[in-house]
This record gives sequence, C-alpha cells and structure tokens, in this order.
Amino acid sequence: MTDATLSPPRFRHLGLPSYVVLLVVLALVVSSVAATAPSADKLVRGITRLFAPSGLFTQMVPPDFSRIEPISWKLLETLQMAVAGCFLGLIFAVPFAILATDRLSPHPVVRSIARAVIALFRTVPDLVWAIIFIIIVGLGPAAGVMAIMVDKIGFAGRFFAEAMEETDPGPQDALRAIGASRLGVIVSSVFPACLPSFTATSLFALEKSVRGSAALGLVGAGGIGVDLKVAFDLFNYDEALAIILLMLALVITVEQGSGWIRRKLI
Amino acid sequence: MNALILPSRALAGSTLVEPVLAVAGLTKVFSGREILQGLDFALSPGQSTALIGANGSGKSTLLRCLVRLVEPTSGRIAMLGQDVITLRPHELRRFRARVGIVWQRYNLVPRLSALSNVIHGVQARMSGPRAWFQSLAPADVRAEAMTCLARVGLADRASARVDSLSGGQQQRVAIARMLMQRPAFILADEPDASLDPQTGQEVMELLLGLVRQDELSLLVISHRLEHTLAYSDRILGLANGRIALDLPTVQANAAALRRFFDHEGAA
Repeated sequence: MTDATLSPPRFRHLGLPSYVVLLVVLALVVSSVAATAPSADKLVRGITRLFAPSGLFTQMVPPDFSRIEPISWKLLETLQMAVAGCFLGLIFAVPFAILATDRLSPHPVVRSIARAVIALFRTVPDLVWAIIFIIIVGLGPAAGVMAIMVDKIGFAGRFFAEAMEETDPGPQDALRAIGASRLGVIVSSVFPACLPSFTATSLFALEKSVRGSAALGLVGAGGIGVDLKVAFDLFNYDEALAIILLMLALVITVEQGSGWIRRKLI
Repeated sequence: MNALILPSRALAGSTLVEPVLAVAGLTKVFSGREILQGLDFALSPGQSTALIGANGSGKSTLLRCLVRLVEPTSGRIAMLGQDVITLRPHELRRFRARVGIVWQRYNLVPRLSALSNVIHGVQARMSGPRAWFQSLAPADVRAEAMTCLARVGLADRASARVDSLSGGQQQRVAIARMLMQRPAFILADEPDASLDPQTGQEVMELLLGLVRQDELSLLVISHRLEHTLAYSDRILGLANGRIALDLPTVQANAAALRRFFDHEGAA
C-alpha cells in the first residue's frame, strides 16, 4: 500500500480545549437532570395514582361535553384573540424589522435599539406579558390580545429582519441607482423578494398565537383558558378533558389550514 | 456592421463640445489599496465609449463612483452639467434619475412581472405606491412602460414573471426599465457578460440602437473584444487604476486590444 492510497483518519483529532468543553457540557447535563428531573420511584408512584379508581385519568374519562355551547363560544373568543393579536403583531413587526435590518436601517443606533426591543419582546414569555397587560387594561381578552401582539412583534420581527437581510442586494442597488426613495426600494424590491418567507412566518405566528391564546386564560387574560382553570379548580376533570380535546381540535384545524395555505402560496 | 449600427459615430475624444462627463484626479482607496489612482478623462455627448481592462483594474468601481454608489476618496466628477461630488442626498437622487445603469446580473425584482419591473424605472421621477407595482400605476405610466417593453421586443411578455424569462429577455427588461427613467447618460457594466455570445451580441445591438435613436451617451464595460470594437466610438483602457489606453475605435484592432488585455492582465 502506498501513501497515496491511505485514507484520512475516521475522526478528527480533538485538542485539550475541546475535551474540556465536552466535559463541562456533560457535567451541566448530568447535574441538571440530577437536580430537577423526577426520580424513577416518584414517577412510578405518580403514574399508579393517575390510573387508580379515584385517580385523575379515571375522573377525566369519559369527557363531559354537556357545556359544549358556552365552551364553543369561549373557543371562538380564543381564536379571535389569536387572530387579532397576531394580525396587530405582524403589522407592527414590519417597521421594527426594517429598522433592525443592516441595509435598510437609517442609522446603526436606530438598528441597535430596534434589535434590543425585538429581543426584549421575544425573550419575555407571553404569560408574563399577559400578567403585565392585565395590570394595565384589566382582566379579559384585551390583555390577551396585547400579550399576543407583543409576543408576535418579537417573533415575527426577528424572522422578518432575517429574511430582509438575506435578500439579493442587486435589485435594491438598481432601484437606489434609479433614484428611488428608501420606502420605494423597500416596498417594490425587498417585500416582493421576502413574500414567501413573510407568509411562512406569518402562518407560524398564527399557529403559535392560537396555542398561546388557549393558555393565556390561565392567568385571566380571556379565552378558553379561564374555563379550563375553573374546571380544574372545581375538580370537574371530565369537563377539563372536553375543553382540552376541543382546544386540540382548534389547534389542529388551524395548523392544517395554515399548512394548506403555505403549500398553495409558497 | 459598424456603419449600420453606428450611423452617427461621434468624434472620439472631441473637445469641441461641452463634455457630458468630465473626471479629474479621481481616486478611490479601499482598505489602504488605491483602486483608482487619479483618473482624468472627458466624454463628449452622443458618444459610445468602451471601458476595458483586466479583472480588478477598477472598471466597476469607476462606474459606481460616477453615480456615488461608491463614494470616491478624492477628485472631481462633472456629469450632465452637475458637480456630482458635492450633491446632497436629495440632489443625488434627482441626478441619479438621469443616469441609466445596465447591470451585468440584470438586478430585476424576481417575483414581479416584467411590466412591474419596467414601471420601477418611473421611480426616477415619481414616488409612492403608483410607482411600485403595475396594478397601482396610472394609465399613462403603464402605457409608457408598455412602449419601453415594445422597444426591446418584449411587449408580449409584459405579464410574465421575470424569473421565468431567459437571461437575454431579463437583460432586455432591465434595458426597458432603464429607458423608463428617460436617462440622458447610460452606464453599462458588462451587459453581455452573463449571456451566450449570440444573445450578448443581440443585447449590445439593441442597447446601441436605442442609444443612437435617443441620442444618448454611453459608457460601457465589456470583456468581449468584438463588442468593444463593434459598439463603441472610443476605447478607454484601465490598468492598475489608471487610464492606460485612450484611442478612437476606428484606430483600434483586435490584436492590439488583446495585447493590452494580456499585458495588463499579467501585470
């Protein structure tokens, strides 16, 4: 066998720093699991209790659909909260995203501020936003809509900005060279190029909003979550299961619908 | 072929008329490297001037400096009677509207129709939604855009998405967009480079025909010697950021230009 036929080593040689990093990551994972994950016997006891004659599962099944009419109206309110919050969030996400994009932002300071705001909106969970808006506008769906809106500005703002960042600069340069205004360049060149990405992000945002809006009621921000919390508080577990199943149906319907739109448009 | 395409060949380098473009001491430094080293030249109106040079000689940088898409480091540029260097942002926008640019990679908006792309040319003199999409454009703008498309032979593809068109057709749409600007001066950065030889020749013939019809001035970069000889009145050669060749096309021949390319490319 000559040198020319020698194949390269199967694995890349790792230096000492790489081994140290691996060890630290491993230690973090092991310590985290040991500190917070349930022990095996605790898990077994819990599952046994769940299926016992007086356990949660036994009391949940079969689900109780006797209050399906008021629950359905609450479900509709949940969907409306999601649609309204998502729509407003997407609208406001566009200017934030433009200001956060390297090539489109009028000034680096403006860009940094826009990015910071988007990061703040994205980092704080929607349940926390809901609590904040309940303090501001009171209990009810309005607080939920506001929470979803802010959460979606953070979510869509980031993805819209990334999409605009990745567009081919050529057509924008061409329009700039023609003498087009900044707004003209954005609307007639950047937006058409980003349309598939914007559509996909908007549909994901709607799915996320529907899932999120169902949970917002747990803190009093309107929607079906309020009924779910009351059902659990009153030990009406069969009704709680009915609500969970209807929420599941709503989320699956919205996901299927948005998937269909995505396939048609993109 | 020259006589047919260039019926009104201007006097190369003539100083008898006010130059349409006058460049003095133009330099551009990128990361400590002097790309353009004090260029001086002037172009007469109605001329087609070919700018040649090896890769990296500074041709595209020069073109971009002329309309300040790249800011020159020093020097003066007078184009269409304006001192380009001192223009304020809003004045620069108005100035750029009078300079049409044909790009190597067409630079069209891919998901839009040919008609919408041509209508974008009107943003040189009109702003707002009416200049953004064909569906919002006023009737007179649509009619003018259709005329521009007809001049490049693509009126029947007005509704086609530009990314469904061939390279040659896309370059024709880009030329139609440039005509929509109603420019007085045209800069062309290798308009034939992304096209096969036949299509490249057709595009150059179209471009020169339109330049002659509308009595415009043209500064065109081309790496194809046969196009340089066939479609220009004057040839400027750029080497290491300096003008190393300046002669009327009638005095040039392919062998001399090839020697220039070979020598400067190796330098």
